[in-house]
This record gives sequence, C-alpha cells and structure tokens, in this order.
Amino acid sequence: MPPGRLLLGLVAGLVFAFLMLPLLVVFPISVSSASYLQFPPPGFSWQWYERYLSDPVWMAATWRSVKVAALATLMAVLMGVPLAFALARTRLRALRLLDRFVAAPVILPTIVLSIAIYGLFARLQLIGEWYGIAIAHAVLALPFVVILVGAALRDFDPAQEQAAMGLGATWWQAAWRVTLPQLRPSLVAASFLAFVSSFDELVVAMFLSGAAMTLPKKMFDNIMLEIDPTIAAVSVLQILLVGVCLGLVSVFGRGALTRSLGGK
Amino acid sequence: MSSAVDRAAPARAEERRWVWLALPAVLFLGALFAWPVLRLLAQAVEGGTLEHLEKAVLDELYVEVLVESLEIALWVTLLCLALAYPVALWMLRAGPWGRALALFMLLLPFWTSVLVRTYAWMVILGRNGIVNRSLLEWGVITTPLPLLHNLTGVLIGMVHVLLPYMVFPIYAALLRMDPDLPRAAEGLGAPPWRVFQRVVLPLSLPGVFAGCALVFVLALGFFITPALLGGGRIIMISMLIEQQVREFLDWPFAAALSVVLLVVTLGAYWGLQRLTGGNRLAAG
Repeated sequence: MPPGRLLLGLVAGLVFAFLMLPLLVVFPISVSSASYLQFPPPGFSWQWYERYLSDPVWMAATWRSVKVAALATLMAVLMGVPLAFALARTRLRALRLLDRFVAAPVILPTIVLSIAIYGLFARLQLIGEWYGIAIAHAVLALPFVVILVGAALRDFDPAQEQAAMGLGATWWQAAWRVTLPQLRPSLVAASFLAFVSSFDELVVAMFLSGAAMTLPKKMFDNIMLEIDPTIAAVSVLQILLVGVCLGLVSVFGRGALTRSLGGK
Repeated sequence: MSSAVDRAAPARAEERRWVWLALPAVLFLGALFAWPVLRLLAQAVEGGTLEHLEKAVLDELYVEVLVESLEIALWVTLLCLALAYPVALWMLRAGPWGRALALFMLLLPFWTSVLVRTYAWMVILGRNGIVNRSLLEWGVITTPLPLLHNLTGVLIGMVHVLLPYMVFPIYAALLRMDPDLPRAAEGLGAPPWRVFQRVVLPLSLPGVFAGCALVFVLALGFFITPALLGGGRIIMISMLIEQQVREFLDWPFAAALSVVLLVVTLGAYWGLQRLTGGNRLAAG
C-alpha cells in the first residue's frame, strides 16, 4: 500500500474513533456501581436502568416525548407528502417558488423559531400542552419529508400513473396504489428522520413544555444539576434505539436515507 | 378532441389539484412558521424606534458576542473541513463493506441525541474526566488540562455534532466525479499529490462549499452545546437571545438580536452559495 493511502486510512480511522468515542463511553458508565461519575467504573450494576424505569418523572417524560414525536411525524407526513407531490409535478410559478423556501425551517436558527412560536403559543395558552410541542416539531420535520419524498418523486416516472389512469383509475387511485407503494423507502426514511428529530429536540421543547417536561428537557435538567449516572442509562437506551431504527431503515428504506444525505 | 381548449381544461384541473395538495402544508407553514417569525422580527422595530436594533449592533457588549459567535462558527467550519475531507476521500476508495461501516459510524452519532453526546463529552473532558485521569495516571501531566467549560470544549462538542454535515456533501461531490478522470491523470504520469491538487480537489469544490455553508450557518445558531460545554464562559448569540426572553422578558431586544442573527446567517449562506455558483462557472 502506498504511504499516501496508509496516511489517509490512519486519519480517517482517527476521525471515526472521534465520532464513536462519546457513544461508546456512556456504555460502561451506565452499568457503574458508583453513585457519582467515575471512570473506569468500580463495579457492575443495573441500578441506573432500574432507577430510570422505576422513576415516574423519567417515565412520564419519555412517554410524553414518544407521543409528541409520533404526532409530529404524523402531521409532517400527512402534509409533507402532498406538498412534495405538488412541488414535483406543478408548472405553476408560484408553487415552484415554494420549493426554495421549504428548507427554511432547517436553516433558520432554532432559537429564533423557538421564541417566535413561544410568543404565539403563550397568547394561545398552549404552553405546557404536549400537542403544542408536537405542532411546533412538525414545522421542523416537514422539510425532511418534503425533501426526501420529493427526491424520490423526481426519480419516479409519472408515465406509470398515466398508464394506470389510461386503464380507468382516477389520479387518486393511481397515486395511492401505484406511486405511493413505490415511494415506501423514502417514506420510511422520512418518517424515521421526522420522529428522531422531534424525539431529540430540546430548544423548542424548553420554551413550550412548561412544567410538563419532554425527555430531552428532563435530560438537560439532569445534566445541569449533575445528579447521577441515570442519564448514562437513558443515553445507552437512546443510542440502541437509534441503532435499531437505522438498521430497520437501511433494510426497509433501501438506501433512501444515505442517498438523500449524499445530497441527491 | 385535439383542439387547444380540450387539452387546456384537464391541464388546468391538474394544476388545481396540485394547489389543493400543497394547501394544507402551505397554510400550516404560513401560520406556524412565517407568521410568528415575521411577527417576532417586527417587534424589533415596535413603536417605530430603531433603538433596539442600534443597541444590538452598536453596544460593545453585544458586538463582542456576535464576533465571538462568528469566530466560533468559522473555527468549527475549518475544523470540520479538515476532518471531513480525508474521511470522504477514504470512503470514495473504500470497498462496499468499508463504505457501509463508514456510513453507519457517521449516521449513528448523527442521529444520536445532541444531549447524549454533550453529556458524554463532559464525562470525557471534565477535570476528573477520562482524558485527564488517564494523562495524570500515565504521568504525562501533573495538573488537569482545562478541556471543559472553555472554547476547547465547545469546539470539540460542536465539531462532533456538525462533522457529518460536512462529510456528506463532500462525499456526494466526489461520487459525482468521473472515476476515469483521476485515472487518466495518473496514466499520463501525474504523481498522486498532483492528481489530487489538479483533478480531485477542483471537482469536489462544490461539495466543499455546500458543506461549509451548511456547517457555518448551523454553527452560528448553536445553543445547547455551547451552553453546556462552555460552562457560562462562552456566550453565543443564541444564548443571548434566550437570556433576553427568559430572564429579562425583553422581547423587542430579543427580536433585534434575532434580526441580527438572521441577517448574518442569510448573508453568510448567500455568500457561500454565490461562491459555489462562481466556481461552477469557472469549471464550465
């Protein structure tokens, strides 16, 4: 192997180690027997997992986050997929212009969106309502759905729809029975991105959750107060969840995720 | 049947369908994104006064925060570029298994909660953290290194979060490159460094600029990582905005700072996009 390639491999290896290091570090801490942060852990124990699973505050926060993420995903998909269709197919100038603004919620600094929605929801008295957070998260998740499904739609040959319509189907039937099933990989990937982005989101939730904490808000408070390694146990469970989801998406999403992240 | 009128009618019906399909999302984004954001920004000039905006861009204290935020964003962008390029290049030359593993190692942290990662960095970099413990034990240092609650910690944490945003566009640009081009240059006797400098690097520049624009813009608006890893010593403009709303309930000034952040963000994004466009012209 030429020295240049060896060096490249070495550098890439170090960068991958840097990327994985924080993820790997929380595993040993989560099974530590010490009640404060100690590395390497003095002994093995499941106590932090038990504490997480038996603490009603942690459980309530987790359950709230699951509900929020599920509703946000549902809203983003139900509104994002039709919008992706419209943007991919229309020739109307006004709709085409929208294409450029659809990613705006991603580029806009989260803090600006957070306080903007906070101001609105405070007037509507939606602070502390879990569905309020879900609505705000849907704003952030919508671009993922439109971009991913839109990319798949542009690769899709609309002649298939025309063929179905030529055989007597209405456009809605053709879209539902012919197009959407073929978009499944990108729908799976988009739903995954929408769900995870909401499940992990903190800044918006900080402003909107009030006393009803989501999981990231509870984690944030825990880190600030540095109580115990319960957070390590929660972290491990989250990493495993994402790992499993990534595996599932790569099986059922057939590369839609990596393709879209590859800038296509 | 083939008259223009007959063909125009279904076309119009079709366009109407697209408008109806787009409508829910457009109304939703209008009501919960455009309207609240514009309303917030308008508060910066509420009462027809420019004093809040003036304070945001003239008061030394706030200018300092803005400059520091820009500096941090620039450092993060450069560090990400330095780390991401070799990774993208390595992935291009790796076999299918190496590539799959690399993607997994990029996507797993990418989709792991920022909080989880920030917590882990606190464990690693703290005074009694893994790095300092190990170095002390090995006798490399005698007093713990200050790695947390300062700029170093913030940069490490932010680079970790934003690195994938740099790798993906560069890797995509490298994938679009015709693999015969570097091979042809090699065949014509160019040494590896020259092939990289004259062929690979110029062709990957659109990806580099796209990655830089994305990372810079996202870094500028960062909040959680600097708030937790900076230990109060690093103040970025997002943290300032949060403070104005939370502690002082000073909405007009928070709005003014938001305007500044937004203008700088859009300016940087637009500038880097232009750079990409200019480069494409030069290449074509």
